[in-house]
Amino acid sequence: MPVRHIPQPVVGVLALQGDFEAHRHRLAALGAVVRLVKMPDQFREIDGLVIPGGESTNFLRLLGGQGMAALRACVRARPVFGTCAGAILLAAEVENPAQPALGAIDIRIRRNAYGRQIDSFIGQGRIDDQACEMVFIRAPRIVRVGPRVEIVAALDAQPVAVRQGTAMAATFHPELSDDPRLHEMFLGIVARNFAAARDLSAIDRGAQHPRTA
Amino acid sequence: MGETANNSGLRLKTGLAEMLKGGVIMDVTTARQAAIAEEAGAVAVMALERIPAQIRAEGGVARMAAPGKIREIMAAVSIPVMAKCRIGHFAEAQVLQELGVDYVDESEVLTPADASHHVDKHAFTVPFVCGARDLGEALRRVAEGAALIRTKGEAGTGDIVHAVFHLRTIVRDIRALGVLDEAELFARAKELQAPHELVRSVARSGRLPVPNFCAGGIATPADAALVMQLGAEAVFVGSGIFMANSTDFAPEEDAIRRAQAIVAATAHAEDPKAVLEASAEAASAMKGIGASALAGAQLLQTRGI
Repeated sequence: MPVRHIPQPVVGVLALQGDFEAHRHRLAALGAVVRLVKMPDQFREIDGLVIPGGESTNFLRLLGGQGMAALRACVRARPVFGTCAGAILLAAEVENPAQPALGAIDIRIRRNAYGRQIDSFIGQGRIDDQACEMVFIRAPRIVRVGPRVEIVAALDAQPVAVRQGTAMAATFHPELSDDPRLHEMFLGIVARNFAAARDLSAIDRGAQHPRTA
Repeated sequence: MGETANNSGLRLKTGLAEMLKGGVIMDVTTARQAAIAEEAGAVAVMALERIPAQIRAEGGVARMAAPGKIREIMAAVSIPVMAKCRIGHFAEAQVLQELGVDYVDESEVLTPADASHHVDKHAFTVPFVCGARDLGEALRRVAEGAALIRTKGEAGTGDIVHAVFHLRTIVRDIRALGVLDEAELFARAKELQAPHELVRSVARSGRLPVPNFCAGGIATPADAALVMQLGAEAVFVGSGIFMANSTDFAPEEDAIRRAQAIVAATAHAEDPKAVLEASAEAASAMKGIGASALAGAQLLQTRGI
């Protein structure tokens, strides 16, 4: 008897530039099926996307107008998790300086808000009232949080990780620490979203795969 | 306590290098060039008084750039700013740290200040990048506290041949460690003139303890694609973007197109279609100097080994 194939969600990591390998390692260690993605047409082949740390100005240049439009469509339809530069891309508004963003999470974010590299630091923050090591590298700061945004993690009572719907953002680098909680939380969102989309498409028309929706 | 502080310091230093992976770091001499580099998608700029091709052509003593110049460049861009100090010149490095640059390149492109010692880079909060031609040299620099290694290549030539040789040598040296047993690793460490502990960790992990970038002679999008496919994790482009030849700057439109094209080719190094598009976009490249035409004393790579 043939073994029934159980579909698993595919988690994409935007791999244009930055520490995408660190995210890939963490996600793979947590058992996820990971695919590095660079081109807009690949955004349709994934069930969730991680936007890594790097330089947000580089991401904007490489994506261009067309790539940003495809990415905006992707993060509307699928779970997304951005760290540092990724968080900047997901924000509603960016300052220092102002630049285009995807508006997936209703926050205003300030680039290089803690200073230059010599001001980079490793801090002890809180996730759900439990201590969490947080690596901040030329990090941005969330300066406004919209009413529908949930604060997931804080450092000195300031928000450093947030969530709105299926979109998550962290101003620090959980991929550079041993603590897997934020990636686990994201994979939980991806799994629930994937299962829900499959149920819906099963009701709709049986065979249709959620990614084609 | 000391060890923990040191370890978290190294994590932050290599952490910034992690963020630069897959990107292009461009040499600039003015705020205007820095803005062009950022707009074109550079992940960082290297602030310099003179670009390596000019240093090579003009001769004289090449030193750290003037602080006023570096400040101007830091004010012009939101991406990280690096600056070079002379090999062994820890006082220049202290000045650069005080200035707040994001990375210090202890570089053979400048005239060495110390014939036998490099800077003790553990003593700094600012991270350092150092050049290397083989694994032993790379690990000596890591032992001194470098948080990022780049190949030396032959700066200011626009000739990729030395960078390719250095990159292949480092990658092959690393691969070759994998088959050695514990006793052989001691002997190999002696041959490499590198600390045994570092040699052993490279043998186990199959990679350098810090990121490994490529520099020295990258002039075209295909050059960038070549070294990325050979194992470089990012590229430094010195003279290849803003120079027409050893003494004259390229027209600004040429520099912008080259910069954008090399950024695209670096990000999509394994996609020949994308590298083709980038190469067509770049249109021109610096004239360059065949590195084989250089006499031994003209080579920058043999400084500080």
